[in-house]
Amino acid sequence: MKLEQGSLTSREIITPIISVILALLVGAVFILIVGENPIEAYWVLFSNSLVGVSSIAATLQRATPLIFTGLAVAFAFRCGLFNIGAEGQLYVGAMAAVIVGVTFSGLPKIIHLPMAVLAGMIAGGIWAAVPGLLKAKLGVHEVINTIMMNFIAYFLTDYLVTGPFHGGRWTPETARIFPTAELSRLFPPTRLNTGIFIAIAAIILVYIILWRTRIGYEIRAVGFNPTAAEYGGISVSRNMVMAMVFSGALASLAGVEQILGVHGRFIQRFSPDLGFMGIAVALLGKNHPVGVFFAAVLFGALRTGAAAMDRLTDVPRELVVIIQALIIMFVAAEELTRRLMARRRRA
Amino acid sequence: MENILELKNITKRFPGVVANDQISLEIRAGEIHALVGENGSGKSTLMNILYGLYNADEGEIFLRGEKTQISEPRQAIDHGIGMVFQHFMLVEPLTVFENVILGSEPQKRGFIDFKGAEKEVARISKEYGLRVETKARVEDISVGQQQRLEILKALYRKADILILDEPTAVLTPQETEELFQVMQNLKEQGTTIIFITHKIREVLEISDRVSVLRRGKLVGTKNTAETDRPELAEMMVGREVLLRVEKEKAQPGEKVFSISDLEVRDQRGTKRVKGVSLEIRSGEILGIAGVEGNGQQEMVEAITGLLRPEKGKVNLEGNELQHLNAMQIKKKRMGYIPEDRHKRGLILDFNVADNLILGFHTEPPFVQRFFIRNEKAIKDNAAKLVEEFDVRPPNIQQQASTFSGGNQQKIVAAREFSRKPRFLICSQPTRGLDIGAIEFIHSQIIEQRDKGAAILLVSAELDEILSLSDRISVMYEGRIVGEMPVEEANEKKLGSLMLGGEAQEGGDPVETGTG
Repeated sequence: MKLEQGSLTSREIITPIISVILALLVGAVFILIVGENPIEAYWVLFSNSLVGVSSIAATLQRATPLIFTGLAVAFAFRCGLFNIGAEGQLYVGAMAAVIVGVTFSGLPKIIHLPMAVLAGMIAGGIWAAVPGLLKAKLGVHEVINTIMMNFIAYFLTDYLVTGPFHGGRWTPETARIFPTAELSRLFPPTRLNTGIFIAIAAIILVYIILWRTRIGYEIRAVGFNPTAAEYGGISVSRNMVMAMVFSGALASLAGVEQILGVHGRFIQRFSPDLGFMGIAVALLGKNHPVGVFFAAVLFGALRTGAAAMDRLTDVPRELVVIIQALIIMFVAAEELTRRLMARRRRA
Repeated sequence: MENILELKNITKRFPGVVANDQISLEIRAGEIHALVGENGSGKSTLMNILYGLYNADEGEIFLRGEKTQISEPRQAIDHGIGMVFQHFMLVEPLTVFENVILGSEPQKRGFIDFKGAEKEVARISKEYGLRVETKARVEDISVGQQQRLEILKALYRKADILILDEPTAVLTPQETEELFQVMQNLKEQGTTIIFITHKIREVLEISDRVSVLRRGKLVGTKNTAETDRPELAEMMVGREVLLRVEKEKAQPGEKVFSISDLEVRDQRGTKRVKGVSLEIRSGEILGIAGVEGNGQQEMVEAITGLLRPEKGKVNLEGNELQHLNAMQIKKKRMGYIPEDRHKRGLILDFNVADNLILGFHTEPPFVQRFFIRNEKAIKDNAAKLVEEFDVRPPNIQQQASTFSGGNQQKIVAAREFSRKPRFLICSQPTRGLDIGAIEFIHSQIIEQRDKGAAILLVSAELDEILSLSDRISVMYEGRIVGEMPVEEANEKKLGSLMLGGEAQEGGDPVETGTG
């Protein structure tokens, strides 16, 4: 039963939490198999990612792109669309931002940086609009087309980064962007940058759009029941395209942040599957902007703490990948947590 | 006659409600026993207990005199109990006989004996007069045939007690007649039938005895021959019910709405409306009678902008609508209760307040500058309409899916009537509702008429057409094949026109009523 507009129900909050706990418990079994103490390993993992300014900064830095891709997937999902193309969208977005970043010199930062960001968002939005249009006008399933657009994006950027925009070094990367296009670092030596503020703004904006505007009302109506939306005078095709454009623009920001705030240049295939991780983040975050934030921070913390755990214990860093996978499995198996809760209530 | 089945003091509690409260029921061998009650009265729960889908908290089941434990459907089937649900459980791409044998496939040397199975299924179908084509694919046969297939499935599993859960809800009048014929055949062959419904007319027509449930309790069991419509209605609702819609004679005013020479193709490209013209005056209800699927839905969707008409004009108070889209048409003060409230009328995952602005969500006061919603206006609107239309529970933040059918329809009606429509389309406005809700919706439609709206009523229920309309048109195969004032109409005359025949004179004078 929904109460206030756009709030999460208690089950939508409890299921992910239980899933995380279960995943950590199963993860503990793996740690035992390695011959380490799970409590100690987890302590190392989380104390090095959530305690202290530099740890938190590192965690947030890893969370930033996941917030964007998580929001992207969640936004499309609210319109009933499954955007698996965040990866491709972030590549074309990053490339567009880099092109602006290396091309224009002598601009003041206040103009150059927004220009680069905007270029990325536009490119990502257009990239996502294509499968949106194909779905809305021809009924072609967006899952197929967003995946296909990923491949086009990979090879298009491969070409651009080794061809016209190659930086001149022997590695497949562009030249460094001008400093006026950079997102400033906040806590050196961590790579946390002002992109986190854009991410937080995006969270708030997505919430407002979805639950406080007419646009969001229409998008959610189409997502829940397109035939009733149509009856209510809502254009299903227009809203699908619009939702994909928003989604693509959000996804592109992940690439933009990585380029303008972390790498300073476009490196071929720089993304460690950030776009696909966004699907997991959205799933764990129950397609809600606030949920996406916490899910992204959790995943960021796991990745950050993994390095320390690898260094200080015998548990390999790959354990966190197992834990992430387990979390997703438990969230997806919602019925399982529901039964566990029901049993506890009866007892 | 002996009792084949006895339920003793069955009680079933769900969180917050007692769905069945000490219900004792006796079913005689070979009878058709109707189980009636309003939505939520506990009929389905009781039958689900009998079929083993729920386990009773208290009470006992005696089958052929022996105390029997039924804790899952498998056991019910083994005891000769079969159940046909409202929503069919069929594998559509498979053929009829494949569906019948599914789960108990006859084997021959380790392989499924398809040939023998098909023969056996055909034999049963013939024996009970079920008339289903055994080799047809399920997706290609009609709803009525699918239902008979479900019955066939139960018979194949040697059921001699058959539970039919609101079987007529999905059927056209003709199909209902066919079903009743099948039920008669089954009865003659010795099958006991428990027939769940909330339509009193059907109870009187087909059943031998009838048990009435209300709010989880058994109100009583009667011999059908010794009871009548008012008594059953009162037992169901718990108070005296107005079976006749009370209305003054219409005072038609100026012409408000007209369509001329309308032709519409459906999404598959088949022409469904073949040149329909009609007009409706202010303060008048025009009823469209007809068997479903004769173009009514396509006509309505063309009027409301959901389908684009191929030819013809739609005119509302001097404005031509045929080129406008659904949103533009809504703004011309047209209200529309759609035939399917789950598919079209409501967004079930939205709360009441958000459903009450659907279609008006782009207009002030619900939206302010920069597309920002006006939450206060949305809440105020909802609070006002929920009170006015007696939506229960009156919680505007609650998801629409959690409401009963009657209350869901009240939400749709509240929204569509709220903006003082000049023209109103009510398509199957009371489908699936119980008597109390039907009464309410009917009185609201009459009220809109008396306020001067022109109303187009489309209904497959002849009772409804006869009791609400001021004029009646009959639609058959995409054309209007007859038109008459309500005073000259009766079931026989309309029924004949609905089947494409000539209007027959004679028959009883107008018999109005609901249920």
